[in-house]
Amino acid sequence: MPPGRRDVINVEPAAAASPRIAVRKTYKLYVGGQFPRSESGRSYLVRGADGSALAHAARGSRKDLRDAVRSARGAFAGWDGKTAMNRGQVLYRVAELLEGRRDQFQAEVAAAEGLTAAAAREQVDRSIDRWVWYAGWADKLSQVLGTVNPVAAPYFDCTFPEATGVVGVVAPEASSLLGLVSRVAPVVVSGNTCVVLASGGRPLPAVTLSEVLVTSDVPGGVINLITGQRRELVPWLAAHLDVNAIDTWGVPVDLQTSVEEAAIENLKRVSRGPRGADADRFDWLDDRRAQRPEWIAAFLEMKTVWHPIGM
Amino acid sequence: MLSRRVVSASGTTQGPLSAAVPGGLNATRPSVAPLATMNRSTPPAAVTRASDAAGSSGSVSQTWSGGIGLPAQALRRPAAQLPGFRDRGRPDARTPGRPDAQRRIPGSSAASARRHVTQRSPAVSPGPCQPGCTLSRMAERTRAKRPAAGALTTRPRSDTVGRGTASPSSWALGEGQATPWEYAPAPESRDVLTLQARYGLFIGGKEVAPRSGQWFTTLDPATEEPLAEVAKAGPEDVEQAVTAARRAFRRDWGRLPGRERAKYLFRIARILQERSREFAVAETLDNGKPIKETRDVDVPLAAAHFWYYAGWADKLEYAFPGRSPRPLGVAAQIIPWNFPLLMLAWKIAPALAAGNTVVLKPASSTPLSAMLFADVCRQADLPPGVVNIITGPGEIGMALVTHPDVDKVAFTGSTAVGKAIGRAIAGTGKALTLELGGKAANIVFDDAPLDQAIEGVVNGIFFNQGEVCCAGSRLLVQESIADLFTERLKDRLSTLRVGDPMDKNTDVGAINNPAQLAKINELIQVGVDEGAELYQPACELPSRGWFVRPTLFTNVSQSSRIAQEEIFGPVLSVLTFRTPDEAIEKANNTPYGLSAGVWTEKGSRILMMTKRLRAGVIWANTFNRFDPTSPFGGYKESGFGREGGVHGMHAYLDLGEGF
Repeated sequence: MPPGRRDVINVEPAAAASPRIAVRKTYKLYVGGQFPRSESGRSYLVRGADGSALAHAARGSRKDLRDAVRSARGAFAGWDGKTAMNRGQVLYRVAELLEGRRDQFQAEVAAAEGLTAAAAREQVDRSIDRWVWYAGWADKLSQVLGTVNPVAAPYFDCTFPEATGVVGVVAPEASSLLGLVSRVAPVVVSGNTCVVLASGGRPLPAVTLSEVLVTSDVPGGVINLITGQRRELVPWLAAHLDVNAIDTWGVPVDLQTSVEEAAIENLKRVSRGPRGADADRFDWLDDRRAQRPEWIAAFLEMKTVWHPIGM
Repeated sequence: MLSRRVVSASGTTQGPLSAAVPGGLNATRPSVAPLATMNRSTPPAAVTRASDAAGSSGSVSQTWSGGIGLPAQALRRPAAQLPGFRDRGRPDARTPGRPDAQRRIPGSSAASARRHVTQRSPAVSPGPCQPGCTLSRMAERTRAKRPAAGALTTRPRSDTVGRGTASPSSWALGEGQATPWEYAPAPESRDVLTLQARYGLFIGGKEVAPRSGQWFTTLDPATEEPLAEVAKAGPEDVEQAVTAARRAFRRDWGRLPGRERAKYLFRIARILQERSREFAVAETLDNGKPIKETRDVDVPLAAAHFWYYAGWADKLEYAFPGRSPRPLGVAAQIIPWNFPLLMLAWKIAPALAAGNTVVLKPASSTPLSAMLFADVCRQADLPPGVVNIITGPGEIGMALVTHPDVDKVAFTGSTAVGKAIGRAIAGTGKALTLELGGKAANIVFDDAPLDQAIEGVVNGIFFNQGEVCCAGSRLLVQESIADLFTERLKDRLSTLRVGDPMDKNTDVGAINNPAQLAKINELIQVGVDEGAELYQPACELPSRGWFVRPTLFTNVSQSSRIAQEEIFGPVLSVLTFRTPDEAIEKANNTPYGLSAGVWTEKGSRILMMTKRLRAGVIWANTFNRFDPTSPFGGYKESGFGREGGVHGMHAYLDLGEGF
């Protein structure tokens, strides 16, 4: 018997007696359908609500952000060009896959936000429902927001919504999963692609969500997720000239003005949330307030088309 | 515009927008207008020339040599016998083989000069009119008439960049002649308008002298003569106006039921209709745009906006089902000089319908129609402070939008100023809508209805002297018809009447202000310097006033400044494309995204282009149409928010997003 084999035999009884060493996950960025580390080689330690160390998350850089914008731009034509029904099905598919991983998300949300198991479960369940709610909007938007305009001349004239383009989403800081889903789903349902800055202090559920996205028919580049420090990344996102709109919900209060100043440089559409502590206290479980067609409309352009009527 | 002129021959002049009424140009458009039929009877000589031309532009040849399929007798029917067509002169064929009148600009290559020769359109015999031809086709025949004896003598001004280049050689003009026709002056009467020597600020329902104690003069761009003195507001006046607006919002307007607000707006619409000619005259004098445009477009549309939004005032819960719309408060509104009254209406009508009060600042070079509107507010017994109007320079506008008691800012104007406003109010939480610049592409495919396309392209860029944010300033024409199309465009340009805005026959009036004129002339010079080929008709310009000739540039590169920057003047850049993809690529290749035009008879292509063009307004087989029910506004750096339609209401309401 070769020595190696004997070693294994010798080791086995001892291993069975000790507790199994868990395989830890590396939390990475999600860009263009891939999971790169930050090009900067940086990471930061993420702690749970109880102060315990949970994991290292990638500390995204300006370059990571630019790569993410580029892949979002590249994905726009394809995603925007899908039929509304198709986009709706893709969003629904995200809900389907989330449903199968409820336990995992419940554990991560509980650890990140310091919630009880039941409260965390409610956050996860509602996140799933929110995808479903927005999925249903995909093929109804133009019927609710569009118009046929009775112009005072022999013209057919109609107005319908189109996606704005690439949207930067600064996700809510406090609500690591439900808040993020509530801001991202209304952006992508209409055909926008996005670059999301996940919660700075609670980024892990968002990274796990990206693993769901990659397996749920969301084309690579439609949703790109960057983790890292907001104070470092938000100004670059706000100033990027190939970003058409920015959701500033999670922007630190003292950066809001400079973000809006930078955003106007290329006429970014700016969506604002409540400010400061109000933003952190926002009740994402309240369906009446936390899921709105206006949040879809905030990232739409209205296009009006004229054509003569005649023989 | 061509149709307008023809109609005017029979006594009723029409503006570009009124051409949209039933029986207008587009309504009577034939379903297919291939090249063979668009141009009249084709006598043998012309056919020969067409065949010649076919050698250089292949795809044109078949259509040109194709027959028309009408009985010879019909072809020869004298135009004068057709109803609605008044013959202006003896029909005559164009003179073939005339020397090319195109002036080569300095720096153009020998190759481009050669191109001109091959580029000339096949000679077209005007011939007599056919039964059932469209207005524009009839007009085309009119254009080809031999000049009357003693026609207008032209003396092109030498101080303008790019003197008039040439008249179409088909006109066979005598020496010194610019156009074949004589037009008798048709001046609009000024009697209807009595201007005050001075206009104060309109604050709290009263005309008040500015606390600044300063005044400025507003000039007539066509004569450079003063029209009236206008108050130059200072910071104290801004304070007073915002205070008046806030008080009115708290006490009167904000509490008034929608049905009562509606009736005030209906009143305003009615008074504007009743005083329409007075407003048209005031607007033309102050702005320099042709009277037929103010009379047929600006003023009726302004009244229509008040009419449309009046009806919304008590129906807001139906406009936004499931929401409880509330007014925002005090709206600060800044409008430009290109459509002073119309922009005022676009701003004030939805703001008041939603229950806001407003402080409006008109452009400093066009304050008069706003001051007349103040009088309309008084006549309508609008509660004091609901509408406040302050006049003055740009700094006053900035003081207004940054005032802490302003809740909503709406601005129409240049992209640079729009960005400055955005920066100034960043972080304040004020609602903002911006309607900024544009560099619209007008895309003409080879299967387009060419007569209509020519008219649409001309209307697209020369309407309001091109001082239109959504002007079709870039013509993208498919390569296979580019030469023909450009040649016909030049012909058409030569028939535009440039001059006294108060003359009812004028197509292109005065540029609003000398700074704008200088900018236009500068960019024309840039176009020449960058190697584009200039064409300007040899029309006579008045000796006084701020005028510029309708200008067309060919051989324009995509990166040229005249293809990228908003000129805001009557300057058209012609570019070409081969495939739809290339057209879309070029059309979308600017930071702007306000409007675009598509000309083709193929429905599926229109819809595909409509989908892929990144612009807020797409005109298909038409251009520059506006209506209060139709939302207007830009993509990208042309701004955000919409004006017009129910979407325009949204810009003045809080639907609960304020948390």
